[in-house]
Amino acid sequence: MAVWLTESSKVIVQGMTGAEGSKHTRRMLAAGTNVVGGVNPRKAGQQVDFDGTKLPVFASVAEAIEQTGADTSVIFVPPAGTKSAAIEAIDARIPLAVVITEGVPVHDTAVFWAHAQAAGNQTRIIGPNCPGIASPGKSNAGIIPADITGPGKIGLVSKSGTLTYQMMYELRDIGFSTAIGIGGDPVIGTTHIDALAAFEADPETAAIVMIGEIGGDAEERAAEFIKANVRKPVVGYIAGFTAPPGKTMGHAGAIISGSAGTADAKKVALEAAGVAVGKTPTETANLMREIVTAL
Amino acid sequence: MDLYEYQGRALFAKHGLPVLGGGVAETPEEARAIAEELGGRVVIKAQVKVGGRGKAGGVKLAGDADEATAHATNILGMDIKGHTVHKVMVTNTADIAEEYYFSYLLDRANRTFLCIASVAGGMEIETVAHDAPEKVAKVAIDAVKGVDEATARKIVQQAQFPADVADQVVSIAVKLWQAFVAEDATLVEVNPLAKTADGTVLCLDAKVTLDANADFRQPEHEGFEDKAAADPLEQAAKEKNLNYVKLDGNVGIIGNGAGLVMSTLDVVAYAGEGLGSKPANFLDIGGGASAQVMANGLEIVLGDPDVKSVFVNVFGGITACDAVANGIVQALQLLKDRGEEVTKPLVVRLDGNNAEEGRQILDQAANPLIERVDTMDGAARRAAELAASGV
Repeated sequence: MAVWLTESSKVIVQGMTGAEGSKHTRRMLAAGTNVVGGVNPRKAGQQVDFDGTKLPVFASVAEAIEQTGADTSVIFVPPAGTKSAAIEAIDARIPLAVVITEGVPVHDTAVFWAHAQAAGNQTRIIGPNCPGIASPGKSNAGIIPADITGPGKIGLVSKSGTLTYQMMYELRDIGFSTAIGIGGDPVIGTTHIDALAAFEADPETAAIVMIGEIGGDAEERAAEFIKANVRKPVVGYIAGFTAPPGKTMGHAGAIISGSAGTADAKKVALEAAGVAVGKTPTETANLMREIVTAL
Repeated sequence: MDLYEYQGRALFAKHGLPVLGGGVAETPEEARAIAEELGGRVVIKAQVKVGGRGKAGGVKLAGDADEATAHATNILGMDIKGHTVHKVMVTNTADIAEEYYFSYLLDRANRTFLCIASVAGGMEIETVAHDAPEKVAKVAIDAVKGVDEATARKIVQQAQFPADVADQVVSIAVKLWQAFVAEDATLVEVNPLAKTADGTVLCLDAKVTLDANADFRQPEHEGFEDKAAADPLEQAAKEKNLNYVKLDGNVGIIGNGAGLVMSTLDVVAYAGEGLGSKPANFLDIGGGASAQVMANGLEIVLGDPDVKSVFVNVFGGITACDAVANGIVQALQLLKDRGEEVTKPLVVRLDGNNAEEGRQILDQAANPLIERVDTMDGAARRAAELAASGV
């Protein structure tokens, strides 16, 4: 099954003809993703050759869906155009839109999120400022390297890209059903809770790793959700124990405001929900390995 | 970016919000000139990005220009909770009859914007929310629809603003929303929003936070940056497009990806317990790690005299570790050629994409300063030990 992205997913790329978009379209194809085309109104009707795979460029997401039956869009459009690209995907009612772009103004994200709600919440949005979603051995929508590990029974949800890769690498002997990078921005489409609920329902996922970081209270709310709704074992990791208050640590959303958003508070909340929290990524991976071995 | 009050007030004025006349001064003479121009009673306010100015003696009333000059002399250079006062704002005074509160902010949890309004202003809104929650109205704002007159009127009703000020507060609520959106702010707070004795409603304070992600379409915002008050290394890093935050430890940190770098700081802090070693900085060199980027990173990190060792922690996702290894070796050469030879030990951990090739490059370079450790926890421990034994 995996979560949200499977071998039958048909993927289009908004911004496929740009530098990042074309680089990662090539990588997604190499990973076995069924990429069926790209969107760029100025290059509509053209074809782009990716090492022998010729992909059509469509004028709009709606046209791409009509022509190919696409159900997933990966958005590489630069920050100034991300909002309209996301709105276009939402208006075309694509089931999954993965927004990779970093540096999107939060007003723009809030607007396209509100737009998606007003449109009846037909589109699941992942990101922005995220590495995307990968179901190893099945499909890869975004920039998560496909060769770190293969399919397995761990589900992973993380705010951070490189920590996602690190954790997949640490647990490469076990493998993953799906890894979801939800992004480090203050407003994101898919939350830890959404991913936890999906993993709980996914028969291929036996255990869940949840990676959080300072800022906001998403991890605290996830802890409450786990307590009430998640029966599968969950292991957690939080980054940013040594981060000073009031400073943005790389990710736009990673900031301790006053006494809110600290790593300590998140760790305490997760542990209270029965989640084993590792001190380092390696220790976290070891906790997961013990759990999976005992299953 | 948090703005100073005088900057926030200028933004408010630009968007047609009612503020008091005044100006900002860096010297007592400038303060005198503003006070003379305004005439009569004025208020002198320390410009610091921290609350509690009044209690610290940073806000004073002056009857005339002489008194204004004397207050400015005292307040300039004052230390308020670790912030040195470099500027004072001088404004007219208002004869306050009532104090209210009004703000718009980003509500991360609900992925939308929130209006908070209260007829109990002039104090911390958190205190009001705690002691008298019924006096605080919280209204979710639809990011697409925004705040028009009808929405503003609902807010005014819900917060129970008195009828005699309702129209004025509605107008302020609409204009403040326009400012919030037009300036890509994540917070605009007016506390107090005051009714004066003659019934006029004025914004007597301005707290504004701007979204740095919107800088590309907000060219004027660069002018708000307080380059003089910024940490010199943070400023230098910014000019080189590096994501650097100065901390107070002795182990320099360079890594790729914000989450991994945050995690690296924590792992170094654990490893350094008992050794007296702590992370000296946050530095995310991002995806590509060319020799130039690595050299820039090393230059910034080693520009901190407290740094005794450097931990380079890279997980090659898209980035190839052999490119990173070449970057490190070439960066050391580049700095040497520039006469800035590196003398501090570097602990390097490479994992992921092309890690073996990267490790070989480091081994072949045989630079005595570079120590290769292949696990994150082990490398952190080694960097902490080296920092503790370093001079």
